[in-house]
Amino acid sequence: MATPLHETPEHEALRREARRFAKAQILPNALAWEEANEFPKELYKQIADAGLHGVGYPEEYGGGGGDLSHALAVSEEMILEGKSVGTVVGLGSHAIAIPPILACGSEAQKKKFVPPVLRGEKIAALAITEPGGGSDVAGLSTKAVRDGDHYVVTGTKTFITSGTRADIVTTAVRTGGPGHAGISMLVIETSTPGFSVSKKLHKMGWWASDTAELSFDGCRVPAANLIGDENSGFVPIMMNFARERLLIAGNCVAIAELAYRESVAYARERKAFGKSISGFQVTRHKLADMASRIAAARALTNEAVVRSLRGEAVTALAAMAKNTATDMCMFVCDQAVQIHGGYGYMREYVVERLFRDARLYPIGGGTREIMNEIISKVEGY
Amino acid sequence: MKILVPLKRVADPDNANKVKIPASGATIETTGLEWKPNPFDEYALEAALRLTEDGKAPKVRAGEVVVVTFGPKETETTLRAALATGADRAIRVDAADDKLDGHLVARALKALVEREKPDLVLMGKQAVDGDSNQVGQILAEQLDYPMATFAATMKEEAGGLLVGREVDGGVITLRVKFPAVVTVDLRIVAPTSVYSMKTAPAFKYNDGVRFAALPAIMAAKKKPLAEVKLADLAADQGLRVTYHGFQAPPARKAGIKVKDVTDLVNRLKNEAKAL
Repeated sequence: MATPLHETPEHEALRREARRFAKAQILPNALAWEEANEFPKELYKQIADAGLHGVGYPEEYGGGGGDLSHALAVSEEMILEGKSVGTVVGLGSHAIAIPPILACGSEAQKKKFVPPVLRGEKIAALAITEPGGGSDVAGLSTKAVRDGDHYVVTGTKTFITSGTRADIVTTAVRTGGPGHAGISMLVIETSTPGFSVSKKLHKMGWWASDTAELSFDGCRVPAANLIGDENSGFVPIMMNFARERLLIAGNCVAIAELAYRESVAYARERKAFGKSISGFQVTRHKLADMASRIAAARALTNEAVVRSLRGEAVTALAAMAKNTATDMCMFVCDQAVQIHGGYGYMREYVVERLFRDARLYPIGGGTREIMNEIISKVEGY
Repeated sequence: MKILVPLKRVADPDNANKVKIPASGATIETTGLEWKPNPFDEYALEAALRLTEDGKAPKVRAGEVVVVTFGPKETETTLRAALATGADRAIRVDAADDKLDGHLVARALKALVEREKPDLVLMGKQAVDGDSNQVGQILAEQLDYPMATFAATMKEEAGGLLVGREVDGGVITLRVKFPAVVTVDLRIVAPTSVYSMKTAPAFKYNDGVRFAALPAIMAAKKKPLAEVKLADLAADQGLRVTYHGFQAPPARKAGIKVKDVTDLVNRLKNEAKAL
């Protein structure tokens, strides 16, 4: 794997630390945590102590500095060396929950909510999707009605990463009329009466990461927790999505790279008809196709990241990168299982897990179809 | 306390399959190898940092840690990593990797110690590439300093250290007076292995070598890194060790399964001739 062109020696130093952490703390437990559908809560503190939890966030709010490229470098190494995608995405739920607070929140909100999360003391989640609709953000129905100094929140959110253990949930609510102009963002502390976790959800992949359905039943949230102005929540939600898509594309490149590495190692070791299966052209060509598609998705993702860091609007490019990377990831993980044969279908093999993990990506963070709608809109067909 | 920590980069042992020997057997091909700091040297650096701080968070520095390595320009990556981990400054002794041996490194280090005047030279017990395990010992001999090797624990006391060494059948504790040379073993990075006089006796470190956070990685770019010519430290650059050839170890043969103990004993006796 060649170092991305935009990375510096400091990125490499950071990657080294992330590798070391993942090898020591995640890898030995990867299978156990995936099978247990949970990783220990102490891991948040450990990753924060290692200086890796706050990478990409400003130092003044307890972050480690750096930007999206540093955050991506860390998550890539964590996936490659930790080999538990569920653990990495669970640990990383703050990557979508915190940016709206930093982008649009007040100074007091940033100081109150961000540092404890980046210190690994509190867990943050983002809640947008509802049982009645995911892609149609403008149609969400969880209500927040102003009552004095509070909003009274009623509704249900689902598919919430880290939902069962979150301490704060950055939540999209309806404070105004129908459509996107009636949406606000509220930080809801899960200790608030009226909040409950209605279900821990059972998923196809991402097992080590907990995913929940959350219920708000007359939950009284201080009005001081409103992010930005009332009814101005739609834009930060959309901005956050663009960032999330780059993170997802990066994850897919890392997952595919891991599936590829596992396959190369297996193909060298596995014997059939008297020689290693890497000795057969059919296997070598499979691997070559995998490597080529990974390289292509990596190049596009990195271009989107670099342009985003330069301040360019990358709405369409991020959507293209996400679709390219998710398609590629599903292809590569499928081929990886095929190369592993019967063992690829067994749970103790990493590629079996990656195959299941990969299926989420064309759905989560905006479906493949919604990505194409975004691209269509920007291209102006 | 001032501590000098010599560091060596080694080819990543996790990529041992990439080590190539040309058909001539004259050398080891180093192009394409990934480098990482020798793990025992990383442990020495961690121990040095623990000896020069109070253990609290945020830690207060209570001394100076100077790291030094021998090698070409690229070895500065190893030094920058050490600076990011917490070392205060770095020295690179410009040299070609294949023009060094343990004795020459020890002679050059002696000159550097006389220049820097550290209280303590703290280093890994050996490098995991050549596994020679001799630089620390030769250095102590050359300097005529007290020496403790394979340290598993260290406790600072006035003017010296109490060093615990794990040996067959127990632990030997040595009291060394500064200035001294100490080489460390892997257990030196356990949570209660190292105590400076400023560290609370009940304090427990995180197990292992500390992580460098991104702000420290960025700050390391600005920490002082000096270059010294090998000739300035060692007039005689002659090597005591010469290599006559390299060859890869023979590929390991597949094992066999024995039926029972009798079968095992028979095979050990008649085939392996081990009994």
